[in-house]
Amino acid sequence: MIRFAALSKFFDTPDGSVVAADQITLEVPEGHICVLLGPSGCGKTTLLRMVNRLVEPSAGTVFLEERDVRNLDPVPLRRNIGYVIQQAGLFPHLTVEANIGVVPGLLGWDSRRIRRRAEALLEMVALDPALFLRRYPRQLSTGQQQRVGLARALAADPPVLLMDEPFGDIDPLNRISLQDQFLAMQRELGKTVLFVSHDVDEAIKVADRIAILRKGRLEQYDAPDSLLAHPANGFVAEFVGADRTLKRLQLVRVAQAMDPGAPRVRSEDTLERAAELMAEHGYDHIVFVGPRGRARGSLSLALARAERGTCGEFRTTLKTTVNVHDDLRTAVSLMFTHAVTWLACVDDDGFFKGFLTQRRITQVLSEVYQDPG
Amino acid sequence: MIEDTLRFLVENRQWVLTKSLEHLLLVCGAVLLAVLVGVPLGMLISRYPGAVRWVLSATTVVMTVPTAALLTLMVPVLGLLGGGLGYAPALLAVLLYSLLPIVRNTYTAIGNVSPALRESAIGLGMTPGERLRLVEIPLAIPVIMAGIRIAAVYNIGTVAVAAYLGAGGLGVLVSRGLAQNDLRQLLAGALLLGGLAVLVDVALGRLQRHLTPQGLREGG
Repeated sequence: MIRFAALSKFFDTPDGSVVAADQITLEVPEGHICVLLGPSGCGKTTLLRMVNRLVEPSAGTVFLEERDVRNLDPVPLRRNIGYVIQQAGLFPHLTVEANIGVVPGLLGWDSRRIRRRAEALLEMVALDPALFLRRYPRQLSTGQQQRVGLARALAADPPVLLMDEPFGDIDPLNRISLQDQFLAMQRELGKTVLFVSHDVDEAIKVADRIAILRKGRLEQYDAPDSLLAHPANGFVAEFVGADRTLKRLQLVRVAQAMDPGAPRVRSEDTLERAAELMAEHGYDHIVFVGPRGRARGSLSLALARAERGTCGEFRTTLKTTVNVHDDLRTAVSLMFTHAVTWLACVDDDGFFKGFLTQRRITQVLSEVYQDPG
Repeated sequence: MIEDTLRFLVENRQWVLTKSLEHLLLVCGAVLLAVLVGVPLGMLISRYPGAVRWVLSATTVVMTVPTAALLTLMVPVLGLLGGGLGYAPALLAVLLYSLLPIVRNTYTAIGNVSPALRESAIGLGMTPGERLRLVEIPLAIPVIMAGIRIAAVYNIGTVAVAAYLGAGGLGVLVSRGLAQNDLRQLLAGALLLGGLAVLVDVALGRLQRHLTPQGLREGG
């Protein structure tokens, strides 16, 4: 756990005193990812660096596991905190293995144990140890360097991770895959993470809680969904963007928004029965499923009322379906792509799980999820 | 003329070889002493920025004193300590001349370690000593070695002049050649001095490449 108590930092410059942190109080619970978000010069990096004592506070206290870091020797303190910086900061004269082995080496591990640890960590960040252990940093792409940087930070298995714009220098495609990988790792490792970013989308994606900073002041500290739904002031609203409501779509899974009790019809059902079901649930379309429950097609209310016969004779094929694990942004995108107002939601095997309409999405966005995910 | 010179070299090969080794030993010994003083001094001033101007100015002033003047100056100074002539003035002069390139290159090389790497090293929990040993020195080696190379090659000439003070070495051939109006000897001395400079440069170049960490080598 990391806790800031009325933490302040002033820098003396030729133009007078600059406030980098102004009475900041916040707590990052164990195993959570807190993103410090704000424009450049808002003091987010300074805040991060006060945790491992690269910067000493002017006033206030940083607590790590309820201990005042000022009372801890900085050298062992830093060895016990993983630190990832923007350009990875790998040592160019050392191999990937030696770079990962820096902190274990300082802690006196033997070389065989360091080798095993380096191999395991490379696997974890999706780099083949056989290929990468003996490479030098300049033989790696920026994305690969950043993966090694992450592996190095995790080498001695520290409980706390400080990440200073770790994916800032990486092209968008690689950045997304790195974020996904980082989140997958975090689900296993459960580190307490303080993560600096200036990218709202990144923050929404990785954070359990977001701290919005401006000129050293904490403007809002909240879960991503509450932040987007209820920005505390004009600055926060502007910073997260006019499209903040659309951004919330990323935070909600299809499974959370769909109607799981939606009706369905089978081949032998009559059109009359289909019309009845639609009327009962207030839908103007109904999903047609196969014998074992896979989404196979659909029927409209107008058609069911106009014709006589069984559903099997009149069903039309589905233009598209959405996976229940996808987020609402994907669902909305599919709706626009296929010019439909509803989607059949299916699981990985194609079984029909629920019905998602545009109206339902609008309802979800007007609610606030206190605990997304 | 060339023939005469070559004959002179062959006839006196034993003596010429002795003088060459004497010369080499003197330069290497003095530069080694300068490394032992200059590299730590360069590291020290990279930690204490206040001292940078003083140390670099002092070594620069030494560098601007002409060779003959510095050597002559050594005689009375060392005379006070009981040894005004021989190899001592040469040793001290070479040491002083070598300080500037070695101290300056060491200081520059350590200063050139990128702030991101330095911060990485500190953030990972290295003590200042570990930082120097594991990061700064390995990264600075190529530039420090370049300074040592310059010092060694430059001071082959200094030692040659020091022959007038009884330092020995290949300068003896030159001074005798001039005194006896013996062009063979003069030319032989000049040729050997040039050859020695090239040899030292090549050898130290090899050493520099060998000491440069693999990850920093071109195309490695």
